[in-house]
Amino acid sequence: MSDVGAAVEFGHVPCPFCGLLCDDLKISRAGAALKVVKNGCGKAVAGFERALPAVSPQIDGRDVPLNDAIGEAARLIRKSSAPLYGGLATDVGGMRAVMSLADRSRGVVDHALSEAASSNLKILQSTGWIMSTLTETRNRADVVVIVGSDIHKLHPRFFERIVCAETTLFEDSFKPRSVVFIGDGLDQSGATGPRVGNVVTLPCAMDRVDEVVAALLSRMRGHPVSGDNVAGVALAAIDQLASTLSEAQYPVLVWAPAGLETNNPDLTVHAVCDIVRLLNKTTRAAGLTLGGDEGGQTATSVCGWQSGYPARVSYASGAPDYDPENNSVPRKLAANESDLLVWIASYTPDLGPPETSLPTVLLGPPGMSTAGKPAVFIPVGTPGIDHSGQLIRCDSVVSLPLRNLGRSDNPSVASVLAAIEAAL
Amino acid sequence: MLIKLTGGKVFDPANGMDGEIRDIYIEDGVIIAPPLDRRADHEYPLHGRVVMAGAIDPHTHIGGGKMTIGRLMLPEDHRGDPVCRGHLTRAGCGHAVPSTLTAGYRYAEMGYTAGFEPAMLPANARQAHMEMADTPMIDKGAFAMLGSDDFFLRQLAAKEDIEAIKDYVAWTLHATQAIAIKVVNPGGISAFKFNQRQLDLDEHHAHYGVTPRDVLLSLSRAVKELGITHPLHVHGCNLGVPGNVVTTANTIAGMEGLPVHLTHIQFHSYGTEGDRKFSSGAARVAELVNSHKNVSIDVGQVLFGQTCTASGDSMRQYGNTGSASPNKWVVMDIECDAGCGVVPMRYRDKSFVNALQWAIGLELFLLIDDPWRIFLTTDHPNAAPFTFYPHLIRLLMDKGFRNDMLQKINPDAANSSVLASLDREYTLYEIAIMTRAGPARSLGLKDRGHLGVGACADITVYEDLADREAMFATPVFVFKNGELIVKSGRIVKVVQGATHVARPDFDKGIEKSLRSYFDRFHTVGFDNIAVSDDEIRVDGYGSIVVQPTAARV
Repeated sequence: MSDVGAAVEFGHVPCPFCGLLCDDLKISRAGAALKVVKNGCGKAVAGFERALPAVSPQIDGRDVPLNDAIGEAARLIRKSSAPLYGGLATDVGGMRAVMSLADRSRGVVDHALSEAASSNLKILQSTGWIMSTLTETRNRADVVVIVGSDIHKLHPRFFERIVCAETTLFEDSFKPRSVVFIGDGLDQSGATGPRVGNVVTLPCAMDRVDEVVAALLSRMRGHPVSGDNVAGVALAAIDQLASTLSEAQYPVLVWAPAGLETNNPDLTVHAVCDIVRLLNKTTRAAGLTLGGDEGGQTATSVCGWQSGYPARVSYASGAPDYDPENNSVPRKLAANESDLLVWIASYTPDLGPPETSLPTVLLGPPGMSTAGKPAVFIPVGTPGIDHSGQLIRCDSVVSLPLRNLGRSDNPSVASVLAAIEAAL
Repeated sequence: MLIKLTGGKVFDPANGMDGEIRDIYIEDGVIIAPPLDRRADHEYPLHGRVVMAGAIDPHTHIGGGKMTIGRLMLPEDHRGDPVCRGHLTRAGCGHAVPSTLTAGYRYAEMGYTAGFEPAMLPANARQAHMEMADTPMIDKGAFAMLGSDDFFLRQLAAKEDIEAIKDYVAWTLHATQAIAIKVVNPGGISAFKFNQRQLDLDEHHAHYGVTPRDVLLSLSRAVKELGITHPLHVHGCNLGVPGNVVTTANTIAGMEGLPVHLTHIQFHSYGTEGDRKFSSGAARVAELVNSHKNVSIDVGQVLFGQTCTASGDSMRQYGNTGSASPNKWVVMDIECDAGCGVVPMRYRDKSFVNALQWAIGLELFLLIDDPWRIFLTTDHPNAAPFTFYPHLIRLLMDKGFRNDMLQKINPDAANSSVLASLDREYTLYEIAIMTRAGPARSLGLKDRGHLGVGACADITVYEDLADREAMFATPVFVFKNGELIVKSGRIVKVVQGATHVARPDFDKGIEKSLRSYFDRFHTVGFDNIAVSDDEIRVDGYGSIVVQPTAARV
């Protein structure tokens, strides 16, 4: 849309490609080509610099004008008795439009990464928790425990920006932070430099992290644990971690739901939250859950305030019905309980719709790979690149305004869905 | 279109009108003087009916992260109150922490046309406004929370000039699109992060060395000198702690005459007398409020049943987790800015403590003389969901009903309360003050809360029923900006209210310090902090009303 060669530079750009929403990127644009000039991680570079193929809206694989595609999508939704709205990798405006359309069409709402987030929601709904946020952890944590998930791989700037931050509000009392990794093979390369003190590893197999965490909780409660090791981790090392946590001023236990490869992630999160609760009887401590990629936290929050429930809500009865087992889009597809899939993604082209024999209305970034041929395909813009928007960060507190960097004229999910709803 | 509301009994305390029969004319959303030579295009005969301005809730937790935490945590509560899509309205859910959409509809159906979110964390301001934007029908606004944020505490500890503090307070109002400033457990949310478990008025913060008294005095002075109409909105120290009436008394005395609004004061009016070391401090608090004209309050009336407490006061909410029902709760430390605690609560009429809390709230209502300085709230949803307001109004207006209810509560609590001896019954005029004129005046909403010429035509019409609960639960008509939005308690038109803000002047020099502060310590840069007007307007859906502020002193 802009003159090729007229490079424009943008500062303080929020990055929508993971749940941390780092907002210190510098991006330059020449025509439709973006370049991450400063503060990009691998995910940011892949996201911002991806070449954008010129793609037209399509009906059954035929190029059509946008209005025709919108009309056909509306026809399919009108005809459907139980449309599934899946993917939901969009921004706040897009989620608002999803909720409105699902409410109107008696559909089911489920985010692509709901399964990973489900452990957190189960714990929130059964016991609750004590949590921190990114800035609080950055300034206050003296011990950071990485629990069973490869944070450095999933959130490449977490260590740089939070654990290894150059300065804190409480520099007078700052001591290099202890970092503890529970689980074997977690990328520890971020935990280096002058801000990091002891690095300790409890090297158990990833699928046995929940055993180690459960043993840690038991020891902290003063209960005996049989044997001299748990999942190959010496009991002495577990006891040492228990003392480290009890003696710390503000230990923070960090996990990323999508990375929890433990045998039972529900039990892992439960035990971590119990450890934090136990510590708070005498000292301060907190949990910190990362994740929230692909607009995941945004979907949970917007669905939460508009319907009262997290995603996996059905409007089939006219009122929102929350059933995290039944209203899973993968389960609904497998059980043949629908007649239409509306799949919405606007960040990575890799988050394509699942394989299904159902007719599919696909809103995706240009170049999105699909297993089958969608009935309707509408290329959409990426929030924070092609249009402005808002996203909610992994800690569920902070949200960022996303900028229009002027890369393309591809429409927002919100505007496409609003047009579809108007055409119903 | 010229609309005429004919022959109603008008209760408009801001204009001294106490039930007089008067016609009201509306044109272009505004109340106008009776036109001399024109006939109304539409006339509503209101003979025998009661006409008031649309009600204003000055303290209701309707938007922001902690409410959504409460929503996500309590699916079992929503399941009891599903709300189907209507031909005009969206689906949602109700009860303790309703969905935003349902909250907006239900407020309007009760005759409310505005509600103010009293605890917007600056770090969470953007989301609070998103949620309020998704709350249809009513006007809204928010109070930005300060007093436990590290920027302010550093200013205070460094004994920075009050002018710099004022600049920061004013910048916060602009950046967060707020209308007033709130302080919650002054300094205490931060102290809790340093493992302090209480912070009384003159206790020192372990790191910054300042006291809640220092926080209150500097913030209330800043608010006053910036010309912000609403005084500092104070959730005091020691919420819910038996004996906190002493703290409340010391707080009132310690304000040195500065204007202050003490919120949900019921939770701060507890003594330690009696076998259970829990007693009513209402008489003492009422006496102090009556004699200190610089003080206004809202009550935070407890009403029985399931609800969910949600507060920025992470310290006290953590202290209350033993009472969580159902037994689950969330406490958060947030962004070196504030915190929150979300604790579900079931108030039981047979519980001595809960029953006495109920009685203390009513004692406060009945013992405080000046309805212009007391506002009707349940601190939704902390002491009860806002949908209980009609019931609460009946308790205040109908002594017989009140005494019947008193018979049903825990007898020891009933016996230890003076409630049975209080004969006062609120009048419609006083209710109109407490729910309209008073909040509007206090918040500085110049064209809301009254029915004078030039006022925004937010108007509620009731049948004059002896059963005041039935009367206030189901208004006959509700007009928003002159449009009929509710008829016989049912929504007939869905509208989007405005967001009210205050924008006092400040020296932009403060932004240099803030930019450096955010760059050095935070995870969001200065340039991405402020919530823009475009974010509030959301594609022309929302709108902003900038309410006037006085000149800076």
